[in-house]
Amino acid sequence: MSNPVLTVSDLRAFYQTSAFGIQREVRAVDGVSFHVAANEIYGLAGESSCGKTTLIRTIAGAARPPLKVVGGAITFDFKGRRVSVTDADPKMLAAIRWKHLSCVMQGSMNVLNPVRRIRHSFIDFASRHVGEPMPVFLEMVRVHLRRLDLEARVLDVFPHQLSGGMRQRVAIALATVCRPDFIIADEPTTALDVIVQNSVLAMIREVQRELGSSLIFVTHDLAVHANLSDRLGIMYAGRLVEEGPTADIFRKPRHPYTINLISSLPRIGSDNRNKGLEGAPPNLANPPSGCRFHPRCPLAMDICRRENPPMTEHGPGHRVACFAAVPEKVQ
Amino acid sequence: MFTIFRDLFRSRGAFAAGALLLAVVVLVAAASLVSPYPPNDSFVVPPDLAPSWPHILGTTSRGQDVFWQLTFAIRNTLLFGFIVAMVSRAIALVVGLVSGYAGGLTDRVLMSINDTFIVIPLFPILVLFYFVMRDSMSWTLLALAMACLGWAYDARLIRSVAMSLRTREFTDTSVFSGMSTRQILAQEHMPYVLPIVFSTTLNNMNWSIGLEVTLSVLGFTNIDTPTIGVMIYWANQHTAMVAGIWWWIFFPVLLVVITFVGLFLLAVSMNEYIDPRSRLSRAAT
Amino acid sequence: MRGYSIYLLGRLGQFLLVVFIGINIAFIVTHATPIDPVEQSIAATTQFGSTNPEAIALMRQSLRELYGLEGGLWDQYLVFWKRMAVGDFGPSLSAFPTPVRVLIWRALPWTAGLLLIATVISWVLGNLLGGLAGYYRNSKVLWIAGVMAMAFHPIPYYIVAFVLLILFGYVWPVLPISGGYTMNMQPAFEPAFIASLLKHSILPVLSLVLVGLGGWFMGMRSLVSNIVSEDYVTYAELGGVDSRRILVSYVMRNALVPQVTGLAMSLGAIFTGAIITEQVFGYPGLGTLLVSAVHTGDYSLVLGITSVSIVAVSVAVLAVDLLYPFLDSRVRTAG
Repeated sequence: MSNPVLTVSDLRAFYQTSAFGIQREVRAVDGVSFHVAANEIYGLAGESSCGKTTLIRTIAGAARPPLKVVGGAITFDFKGRRVSVTDADPKMLAAIRWKHLSCVMQGSMNVLNPVRRIRHSFIDFASRHVGEPMPVFLEMVRVHLRRLDLEARVLDVFPHQLSGGMRQRVAIALATVCRPDFIIADEPTTALDVIVQNSVLAMIREVQRELGSSLIFVTHDLAVHANLSDRLGIMYAGRLVEEGPTADIFRKPRHPYTINLISSLPRIGSDNRNKGLEGAPPNLANPPSGCRFHPRCPLAMDICRRENPPMTEHGPGHRVACFAAVPEKVQ
Repeated sequence: MFTIFRDLFRSRGAFAAGALLLAVVVLVAAASLVSPYPPNDSFVVPPDLAPSWPHILGTTSRGQDVFWQLTFAIRNTLLFGFIVAMVSRAIALVVGLVSGYAGGLTDRVLMSINDTFIVIPLFPILVLFYFVMRDSMSWTLLALAMACLGWAYDARLIRSVAMSLRTREFTDTSVFSGMSTRQILAQEHMPYVLPIVFSTTLNNMNWSIGLEVTLSVLGFTNIDTPTIGVMIYWANQHTAMVAGIWWWIFFPVLLVVITFVGLFLLAVSMNEYIDPRSRLSRAAT
Repeated sequence: MRGYSIYLLGRLGQFLLVVFIGINIAFIVTHATPIDPVEQSIAATTQFGSTNPEAIALMRQSLRELYGLEGGLWDQYLVFWKRMAVGDFGPSLSAFPTPVRVLIWRALPWTAGLLLIATVISWVLGNLLGGLAGYYRNSKVLWIAGVMAMAFHPIPYYIVAFVLLILFGYVWPVLPISGGYTMNMQPAFEPAFIASLLKHSILPVLSLVLVGLGGWFMGMRSLVSNIVSEDYVTYAELGGVDSRRILVSYVMRNALVPQVTGLAMSLGAIFTGAIITEQVFGYPGLGTLLVSAVHTGDYSLVLGITSVSIVAVSVAVLAVDLLYPFLDSRVRTAG
């Protein structure tokens, strides 16, 4: 069993602002620990403002004020080369960027420099890692593009001349051109229509399979997770509440939040009326004590108000953070 | 509304500084009301005296007390700038709002005309105006002419605010919920339009006062009414610099520079304050 | 290429509109007022001493013809436009019989040269410093530079020029404060003349740059601080692109696009500033010519300079507009 490519331990990242004389601390990521193995797609799910984008940004080493890492560690292990994002210096981070760690972000339509041709983005991001003279490098890029079903002429146009879906696919090609060990994907298909979504997802799966990279895939769309992720982590209010193999999460969810999430997925032929959860996700500037889900949880007990439940094993590779989690809550 | 100013004062040093400078200038202008010498009289005091008591800023070659002349000068200059700003505000608001809200062909046509006024160099035209008017040139006429020529830049700014408001979701929500157009404009949009009107007023005042000073120094206005520019004009006519009467030039220039810098600081700090993006980066600790 | 042609036509149309409206304004100012320019000219020329009434009557008649004031308003309008079209402004009253056109032609290169040098320096320097200040927000040096640039910006051109004149003319007389070159020197392509030329242009250029720098600085700084949070910049940082490359290729390149538009829009104001500054230093350009024309009651010259100013600025704006698509390709390829 090789070392996990990414290890996150007890990560805490808060937004700290001071405006109009009021200090505010939004605890967006509050004690998250998990790991991602080699050649694995790890899915991250949860409703909006649960902290998954903040988590991703921090893992990518892109935490800027007012976002600050206040505790915990993020460590990568690229085939023996260990890099800690939380206390690495910028030079070290720059060295691993793109070569070992790359990202496909939300709104990838706008990640390409609008005033330069696309080939310059490839040159800026990747050529320094390849070290070959320009014509050789550009030929490598063209081969890579063709393998991903993109025309080579895409290099010679400006971003605004391509459709949104095309730009997304070019962004994925850009993110994978150096064959990185780890790819972070944050809602790469959210703004696209369903047909384009399909082709983009297929491309991502193809790339991952071929490169053998690990992938963190963030989206609130559970259907996409069912299709793509090997393991799935559910986030709520800045904390991981459940994590396990995708099939297990869908068939045997243990955490009350996950149960509700899964049961709310529409099913053809079923006509039971779903009762949504009462209340709303908590204000992370002033989160509830103990387990953050307790104000809305149908199984809340006294201890839930006082203490934060630790992650406990409920099956092979299946962890749940809940005092009331009962075994075998079958659909 | 008041809390906005209080917060501005506390958090933006530039605003406080600008307000302070402007307060000084307004005080001096207000002092004109208690001046012992009427503004247009000459040779009421011994000429060419250096600053000393009781003529704390000295006297001019025309036998006037520099300080008391200055109070009238700055008052007239400020008044002039204010009037030009108000009139051109009216034009700029009409053009900007109509263009921004209507969109389409109206917008294109209005903006073409607008850009014409931005490009045309105004100084030669004002000089031509003076040439033709000569002694019939009055301050009101000049103010009107400048207002009719100087609204274009601000109209564009107001238009961009109007355009962004028109397409924002809360406008659609207001329309769908049945608010009348007048209600929408007054309640929902005004809080966004007012700050830009305020800051463009300050900038416009700077521009018009600057132009007034320039025209007056060249003698292209009614040189019998004391304004800052006219004071400097007379000082030049009497070759004050060469004769060593430096205080006749120095104090008007100083006071008007304080005015410019004060207005500028107010306008800039206001702009920065209302820009939401800069607010976030300022809030980060 | 079709997109470019459409853009071109649009800008050309705007150019024609500006010239049309501008010249019409000149017409309105001069012809639609109750004041008679002929009387003004006569009043100015007969200021000192008396002239016999017959001569004045003769002058009046010939001036009326000269100024195209014969006939009804519509006839005057046609005559006006006809003369404008061919650039015939008639002879100058103060430098009779030299045609106004010749006087303007002599003065124009000085103004154009001053404008070009001062604008290029303040635009380039202002954008450079502003861009750096917006990117490296914690730099003390850049902050101080910013404060200095912005301190001069609100002050009108005349006052800055005037203060410089006093400083370097009286307090510390090291630079020439009048003229385009040393008096009585023969213009020629030799180092002595060129040195004198440059020396005489220092104060006017300095004056224009001091005022203009702050505007570009502020604009660029705020543009850059907004662009820095754009998706393509944060992505480039995530991609580990060298920070200097990001500054130039991603940030500045994008920020310059609206600054070029801003340049086109400010040319009118910069021109005004230039001719005002010229007057202070007696620099032999359109500004000095204009002011002396007013003082001598030379109507044709004033009108001529105004018209030429309008056309010149419009041409300059058109030139900038035509270069714009090469900076922002979105215009080029838009349908």
